[in-house]
Amino acid sequence: MAVDRRIFLQETGKFLILTGVASVAFEHVLAGTAEAAENYHLTDHWWAMAIDIDKCIGCGGCVRACKAENHVPLEPFYFRTWVERYHVKPEDMEHPEVDSPDGGYDGFPERYAQGDGTKNFFVPKLCNHCAHSPCVQVCPVGATFESPDGVVLVDKSYCLGCRYCVQACPYGCRFIDPRTNTVDKCTLCYHRITKGLTTACCEVCPMGARRLGDLKDPKDPIHAFLRDHKIQVLKPQMATGAKVYYNDLDGSVR
Amino acid sequence: MEAILHGVQGYMYPNELELQWSILIVLYPFITGLVAGAFILASLERVFKVEAVKPTYRLALLTALAFLIVAPLPLQMHLGHPERAFEMFLTPHTTSAMAMFGFVYLWYLMAVLVVEIWLEYRKDIVLAWRGSRGARRLFYGILALGSDNISPRALAIDEKVGKAVTIVGIPSAFLLHGYVGFIFGSVKANPWWSSPLMPVVFLFSAMVSGIALVLLMYVFFSWLRRTAVDMLCLDTVAKYLLYAFLIDFSLEMLDLVHRIYEADESFRALDFMVHTRLYVSQIVIQIYIGTLVPLGLLALTQFARFGEKARKGIYTFAACLTLVGIFAMRWNVVIGGQLFSKSFLGYTTYKMGFATREGLLPAIVLMILPFVLLWGLLKLLPPWEKEGAAEVQPLA
Amino acid sequence: MPALDKDKRHLYRLAVLFAAGILAFLGLRAVMVPKGFGRYGFFRAGALTDIRSLPISYAGRAACADCHSDIVDMRKGSLHAQIGCEACHGPLEAHAAAPDTTKPRLPNGRALCLGCHLENVAKPASFPQVDPKEHGDAGPCTSCHNPHHPEIS
Repeated sequence: MAVDRRIFLQETGKFLILTGVASVAFEHVLAGTAEAAENYHLTDHWWAMAIDIDKCIGCGGCVRACKAENHVPLEPFYFRTWVERYHVKPEDMEHPEVDSPDGGYDGFPERYAQGDGTKNFFVPKLCNHCAHSPCVQVCPVGATFESPDGVVLVDKSYCLGCRYCVQACPYGCRFIDPRTNTVDKCTLCYHRITKGLTTACCEVCPMGARRLGDLKDPKDPIHAFLRDHKIQVLKPQMATGAKVYYNDLDGSVR
Repeated sequence: MEAILHGVQGYMYPNELELQWSILIVLYPFITGLVAGAFILASLERVFKVEAVKPTYRLALLTALAFLIVAPLPLQMHLGHPERAFEMFLTPHTTSAMAMFGFVYLWYLMAVLVVEIWLEYRKDIVLAWRGSRGARRLFYGILALGSDNISPRALAIDEKVGKAVTIVGIPSAFLLHGYVGFIFGSVKANPWWSSPLMPVVFLFSAMVSGIALVLLMYVFFSWLRRTAVDMLCLDTVAKYLLYAFLIDFSLEMLDLVHRIYEADESFRALDFMVHTRLYVSQIVIQIYIGTLVPLGLLALTQFARFGEKARKGIYTFAACLTLVGIFAMRWNVVIGGQLFSKSFLGYTTYKMGFATREGLLPAIVLMILPFVLLWGLLKLLPPWEKEGAAEVQPLA
Repeated sequence: MPALDKDKRHLYRLAVLFAAGILAFLGLRAVMVPKGFGRYGFFRAGALTDIRSLPISYAGRAACADCHSDIVDMRKGSLHAQIGCEACHGPLEAHAAAPDTTKPRLPNGRALCLGCHLENVAKPASFPQVDPKEHGDAGPCTSCHNPHHPEIS
């Protein structure tokens, strides 16, 4: 019985993967001919991310994976995601000492001493995929936009490179890609999540500190995460409708 | 790029190290400000019947046109993809302040300035058409749209239409520059820019710079053509410069006082910046040299009696300082707004190139270009009365 | 039709010129606005397809498990069970697509382990961290720990 089930599962798995591969290949064939081969429905999803600060160990795996997956320039001025280290003196919470050597790409060499009475932690950052994005608001031509499934994307073949969106983002999530002279930012791995995969950063996070969530999927664990923790977004006073939700975000984080 | 890392103090978000808007974007509000200011000065005569400034009317219009033609060039050069600029007209995003630029610009250039200049100059154009041969004749003929009707009634109609255009033009000039201020003032992510006063401050500083520029142009061309300066005109222009400057300075001080008094979360960072990286350009050049000194000089001429020569010298000097001060103000807004991190925890530096696409050299060329254009416009459409060339020749 | 006022003729000509300009602009606009612009919002609909069709580098742990079920079994119940394979082994879509021709490289054990487990005050206190000068004998971590099931029982 057990053997039968295993074979059945293996066969089904192979079948599913083959059809998956076939449909992906089919989509590649049809790429550019619009949404004819749609097996992903834009209106069925509303993407977000949950970040658990208590779990982040600052290994930089997400930064490396993001750069590899999305071919982000390796120079230390271009990041779709990066990790910050906070060093907070309890008596001066408003002015934390922050660093992010090369965005945390190679992790964080120790800088602080154990037991000096300070609070130290890592904060992964990425585009907040705001529902009311200031960057989208200011784009003069509609080259950056909120997709119907809740991801802020850039149409690189249409972007002027005027950089107004870079100025408008309160979180510093955008940069100009020196190879294309157009703006670049986190796509929430749109090319992966629309194929049923998770983002590269979530895939490699060894601690499960970052998790992709679909707010329109009632079975998605993100609902429990949002319900069971004290959640905050970055710079809530900006009222951007940020959809990267942090658990245990310290008040000193900017 | 690695050099930037050495200029960083405290913590910047990693993508913030490089400044996005360069000296070219400093030129953009500076140049559009000159346009709007020059036009508003010109409209004083036309709409508000300030007869004293009449000698500067045509010069002010042509100056505005020369600078307006150059105004979009720094933007264009700054774009990552200049060839895509036309998208602004194809799919203008209604929520974007910047998308308006193309339309406001075209409206102001074509519907206001060009039409007003055309109506004002139509008689001269027709006369030039009649009095020239060959290519010049063809040029003026096209410029006159093939109509040589300069009957008194036709000119009276032109005058009426011209006045209507000017009346539309004043809010358009306000729109042109007030909206440039809005581009900055509406960026909520940046506390150095985000202020409802920004469009108003931009508007008044535009008037200040435009009036100062026309004053200088008038003095310069009078000297060049060895004609006497109309001192009543110059005194009046200088008086308007003083008034506009007083309002502008009060508004800027109001903004400053408000910021200092409220001292919100960004204050510490901005205050530090003004006392360090922006000290020379903001406090010394903009406020002391570029505002208080010219304001004091202009105010002095209102109270003390000076001879004509002394007044002319003082006005010229004050106007030069004014332009320096307003340029510094644009610099401090555009560059200053990018020197601090939106985390309010650190500062970066601006490394200006020289012969690069957005360097100092193209900026200098772009600042010289309007004067070259103005020189051409003055050749084609001389703003001053021609001595002895008034006789009307019949069209052959 | 009443005759046009001849003293306004130049103004009519100007108006015609403007009208022609506006018409030319509207014509250009009708031709040049990208196809599909505005279908899902204020953007080019094709941009979604463009971005979706970008190639992936990380195959995802499900793809690994299809062939390497032995490793999945080995990791069961360990502290490393939930770590994605490519967190340590690097992006392997190329390998998953052509398992016979593209082989993954073996990660550099010690550097890899310390990438996570080196002591740092900013790491959560509950996370196992070591000072390599005091922990172990400077040899490879794998001589004591199986990376797929690191607990020493």
